[in-house]
Amino acid sequence: MLDLIKQRFHKLVPSVDFCSLRYVAQHSENLTVRQDIAQPPLYHDDEGVMITVIHKGGLGYAATSDLSETGLRQAIIKATQWTQLNQPNQLIDFSKLTLPHQQGEYASVVRKPWNSLSNQAKFDLLYQESAQCHPNHKIIDWQTALLSIQTEQFYLTNQGGEIQQTHHYLLPYIKVVANQYVNTQIRTLGGHGYGRQGGLEILDEIGFFGKGQQLAEEALQLLAAPNCPTHRMDLVLAPDQMILQIHESIGHPLELDRILGDERNYAGTSFVTVDMFGHYQYGSNLLNVTYDPTLPEQLASYGFDDDGLPAEKVYLIRQGILITPLGGHLSQARARLAGVANARATNWNRPPIDRMANLNVEPGHTRFEEIIHTIERGIFMKSNSSWSIDDSRNKFQFGCEWGQLIENGELTQVVKNPNYRGISATFWRNLNQVGNRETFEVLGVPNCGKGEPNQGIMVGHASPVCAFTQVDVFGGS
Amino acid sequence: MQDYFYTLADFISSQLRKDEIYLCEFSGEQSDFIRFNRGKIRQPGSVEQYYLELDLIRGNRHAIGKLTLSSQLRLDQDRIVTLLSQLRDQLPHLPADPYLLYATEVQSTESIGRNDLPETSIILADIIDTVQHTDFVGIYASGSSFTGFANSFGQRNWHSRYSFNLDWSLYYKKDKAVKTAYAGFNWEKIQLQNKFSNALTQLEVLKYQPRVIKPGQYRVYLAPTALYEILQLLCWNGFGLKAQQTKETPLLRMLAEPKQTFHSSVTLCENTADGLSPIFQNQGFVKPNQVTLIQQGAFHAALVSPRSAKEYGITTNGANDEESPTSLDLAAGDFPSLNIVETLDTGIYINNLWYLNYSDRAAGRITGMTRFATFWVEQGEIIAPLNVMRFDETVYSLLGSQLIALTAEREFIIRTDTYEKRSDHSSRLPGALIAAVSFTL
Repeated sequence: MLDLIKQRFHKLVPSVDFCSLRYVAQHSENLTVRQDIAQPPLYHDDEGVMITVIHKGGLGYAATSDLSETGLRQAIIKATQWTQLNQPNQLIDFSKLTLPHQQGEYASVVRKPWNSLSNQAKFDLLYQESAQCHPNHKIIDWQTALLSIQTEQFYLTNQGGEIQQTHHYLLPYIKVVANQYVNTQIRTLGGHGYGRQGGLEILDEIGFFGKGQQLAEEALQLLAAPNCPTHRMDLVLAPDQMILQIHESIGHPLELDRILGDERNYAGTSFVTVDMFGHYQYGSNLLNVTYDPTLPEQLASYGFDDDGLPAEKVYLIRQGILITPLGGHLSQARARLAGVANARATNWNRPPIDRMANLNVEPGHTRFEEIIHTIERGIFMKSNSSWSIDDSRNKFQFGCEWGQLIENGELTQVVKNPNYRGISATFWRNLNQVGNRETFEVLGVPNCGKGEPNQGIMVGHASPVCAFTQVDVFGGS
Repeated sequence: MQDYFYTLADFISSQLRKDEIYLCEFSGEQSDFIRFNRGKIRQPGSVEQYYLELDLIRGNRHAIGKLTLSSQLRLDQDRIVTLLSQLRDQLPHLPADPYLLYATEVQSTESIGRNDLPETSIILADIIDTVQHTDFVGIYASGSSFTGFANSFGQRNWHSRYSFNLDWSLYYKKDKAVKTAYAGFNWEKIQLQNKFSNALTQLEVLKYQPRVIKPGQYRVYLAPTALYEILQLLCWNGFGLKAQQTKETPLLRMLAEPKQTFHSSVTLCENTADGLSPIFQNQGFVKPNQVTLIQQGAFHAALVSPRSAKEYGITTNGANDEESPTSLDLAAGDFPSLNIVETLDTGIYINNLWYLNYSDRAAGRITGMTRFATFWVEQGEIIAPLNVMRFDETVYSLLGSQLIALTAEREFIIRTDTYEKRSDHSSRLPGALIAAVSFTL
């Protein structure tokens, strides 16, 4: 397919300042067992291209699933027409932008391919785990699932740019629902946070087998637990809640297109402004945050972003000081700031915009037991269940599936419906302990929503366990 | 595209073996998307996409495949042959599905929209002419959208529309803005100008020194666009049979003794007849005109997908797989909107809410933020814009014990979502005057 489309593109490419073709083919398979019954498997094959044209300062795109020469020609004509239509009233003079024309490749590391097991064998794994999810009648619903996604992308430009990237993802999922009267408690495998790049080896790496029983037992413990108390106390977050905390209150505020106002009608703006980079105290000096595309198993590791910019690890926050925004090639030029390779599109039918990719909190040196041991009164929370934050990404409130009180340096009472709230601009300054590499987990968010037209995309987050002082904590009704 | 889809459906029929059945859904659109920022064009483009979802059934075994259509007949037929072969190969290895249910009685329908949209270049000129030199930001999305259904019993359904949705905000500075939408099927520049003029008027109030309030309880008016966000959150597992049976519904306390209720003025229904979504769904069932979900404040009925119908032994009412409303309708109250600021007296006038979620789902307790034009009102007069505040309250309070009145006038809100495709969901609802809402941060 690559050769055919490449041949057609180079035959049709118009005489314009810039033209690119981005091809995306995606194959996914979704296998689910609910209440020990296999659900019908879902297979999805999707393919199409996006043509982007820049000419005389204007930009336009056209996406089509018609990959014939006629289809590509029509898309090029449409994209070119857009450049003419918007020239007098465009926000950005694209004639001043020099887009990259890189060549290169990237491929996920896969040790145990999805197809190395038959679907029947994969269903058997899900049955096996499902059977462990319901030790008694208080567990009223449960499911186990595997979603495999394989994508092939290539990016061609009118000046010889040629990038080919292949990704394999596996997103395992377990959910257990316990109920008694009007009390329902849900435990999941870190929400949908355990997706990674790779193959079936991921199941062993994340400890998938045996998790069903553990989650069921925890759901039953929550069912019998009191509500989380209302109090200002120290808060310790497990990596599968840290990912939401990072995502919402560091990732989104640092997106440069938000700071430049593009997202104000939908995803929102940011309390961060362009002049803060280089000196703003975002968090305590224990806070080190990176854009890191180099961890092969993480969801958003890649060689190049969707504007063809090479990806490399960059510190966004170092020792608490804000340094670099999450802005791709275009946003960097608009804001006159250095950024990262994060212009990403969710598929062939959506244009690249600034996105989080892998956004990680770097590990510190403290063991989990030491963190707990130093806290007189606090709470340990894990697995996000609720997320809400204002449009400037400042006032937040998050809820977790699991809470456990910390009293005099010991983990004690399990509590249900734990929530906490705070303000991004001050919350990270109360970071007082960062877990070591043993507490560090590579996770992600598979459905980050943003953009007009809307795009849901996979982003990676890795984090150690972290502790924060003096946080407003509360429980359910 | 209707003929093209029906040609493909006939082709699928010709490829089946004698003991096989198929269900298939077609969805497609030809869309223009123009992003704006600071009154100028930020990112314009077009998307043309067509998808076919095919459920191949033999006995009670079935597998589902979805593929992109190229709109080149020969190529798409080849893709369908390949997909059928892949699905067919899977069937012997799959267990029977005890909850498989599909329509066997043929109910073909056709609803063909008329294309009254002018050229996008004309609309773009109207927009630029109206908004230039202002801090206007948002998106114009328009074009055709198509949904079809076919099965091997000969049922054929088609639904097409040609619509536009201009979803925009007018900014003063920082987060102070007025949000508006202009959506429909017939573009009129004068309508845009009127809406823009109203937004400019509201923007003047946003220039006042913003008011900061302390956490606590306040009297509130929720405009229809704000109430819409609360009801959209409830649509997440609130009205489906499966969520009720698995006790994941946020309305759990409405179903268990002693039953909690909403205010008697709250009657909610899935009003397919007056909505924009297709009247058929992807197992071939045709939806009733209305399904009453909440009647006079009490639970009345759930949305029941074919799968849940089979699992829980209840008749389906043609709900989609997610069992969420697509055309939600909240009955009007009897309070005239014209008097709302005066009756609010002292409190908060909220035009928009944002990023709602559950702080205790089983208890129906929700949290979220105010956004855009939210005003502090004193003695029946709008005094100042309010800086964003977080609320945290149960729906039994918001729509129940603390609800004073629903307005007599309602707004028809067309959903602006464009995740994967342009949404065809809509809601019709009034505003709500509420005696006390808890604000926490």
